[in-house]
Amino acid sequence: MDFGVMQSYLPLFVDALWLTMRIGWEGIVLAILIGLLCVIIIHLRIPVLRHIVTIYIEVFRNTPLLIQLFFIYFALPKIGIRLSPEFCGVLGLALLGGAYMTESFRSGLDNIAAIQTDSALSLGMTRWQTIIHVILPQAVRSSIPGLMANLIFLLKETSVFSTISLMDLMFTAKDLIGMYAKTIECLTLLVIFYLIMLLPVSLIGRVVERRMRYAEFGD
Amino acid sequence: MQSLGIDVLLKGTNMVRLLGGLWVAVRISLISVAISIVFGVVMGVIMASKNRVAEAICHVYLEIVRIMPQMVLLFIVYFGTTRVFGINISAELSAIIVFSFWGIAEMGDLVRGALQSVPVVQYESARALGMNDYVLYTQVILPQTIRRMIPLSINLITRMIKTTSLVMMIGIVEVLKVAQQIIEANRKTSPNAAFGVFLIVMLMYFIICFPISRLSMDLEKRWSQN
Repeated sequence: MDFGVMQSYLPLFVDALWLTMRIGWEGIVLAILIGLLCVIIIHLRIPVLRHIVTIYIEVFRNTPLLIQLFFIYFALPKIGIRLSPEFCGVLGLALLGGAYMTESFRSGLDNIAAIQTDSALSLGMTRWQTIIHVILPQAVRSSIPGLMANLIFLLKETSVFSTISLMDLMFTAKDLIGMYAKTIECLTLLVIFYLIMLLPVSLIGRVVERRMRYAEFGD
Repeated sequence: MQSLGIDVLLKGTNMVRLLGGLWVAVRISLISVAISIVFGVVMGVIMASKNRVAEAICHVYLEIVRIMPQMVLLFIVYFGTTRVFGINISAELSAIIVFSFWGIAEMGDLVRGALQSVPVVQYESARALGMNDYVLYTQVILPQTIRRMIPLSINLITRMIKTTSLVMMIGIVEVLKVAQQIIEANRKTSPNAAFGVFLIVMLMYFIICFPISRLSMDLEKRWSQN
């Protein structure tokens, strides 16, 4: 192993890490928003929209992110929709994540007894107030384990961004291997940088999960 | 507006090639799932056995699988092993190794969860009746856990199939690669082929994965009621 080479590659990997994290977190924040919106639509049984949401979830949960990205990046320009690679990455991750987040939130919602809604309504809260003040806070809490698993899953999925020529960690490693054939050094750096990105999330996730379990209501 | 490329797939053997590519992806995932189920059960039993050392090793293994993207693992096995050990593993074999490595961890964790959900009293009763470990697991515990595991392992199949789309990155010609080839080959005559072809590929994945994930969900719902 040539540490000098690794050191010279370091700045490239640091740049790639920032790009990967930026796209990853932008996508995840959007995914959570999409998830919340969709779960509200499903919960309120809004006519037409509910069916659209269901179809969206099934399509994105049952196809690989790689193909979704290819479709957004290579196919959409053919019908006149042209997006930058970075935007494609964020959009792809947000749409995929949104579908998974909706499922987690929904199972979180299912855990809340109907009596909570009934009580809130009988106290004179409107349907909307019930959701915002009573249902959502509890649903978010009980879907934390699913949410954490999704976070790690989505951050891992960012590795396919290299296929739409985004200079993420995977792309940088592949590029450097192709140019200088320092395979071992590059792969080691790749592993180290993914650990830097994901290990804290995994550890924090565990702690949060444990905390949340104490704070559960009603058992 | 020009045609959007669905017609390209009807030319010559394009559709057959595309389906052939899909089969490559599905074959890799089915082999990996089979391996994962067999060794995952073994790993789950080991993890549930409360052996400190085994538990620690399994935890590290699980954490690696949880954190490392499958693509990184693919690169390590495909490019790394050649470099370090000088052995040349074919792309398909590396894919199977990586997906099994991932699947065994997932299965192991599922099996452990299922095993630990069996009430302690079942273990104690079996022991009181003088059963040894082998009989205890094969006759008492496993039959009870299999019900819980089947929906989850079916779910693993769809996740496996979706993830195998990554194998094109190590040069396996599967459905996405074939799609790209078809699009390239028809660039002149139908420049918009990317839309139709990728749409069809997406649809193919959906047609395979949707029924399987539905089945897993239905089974889970039905069996959790009893």
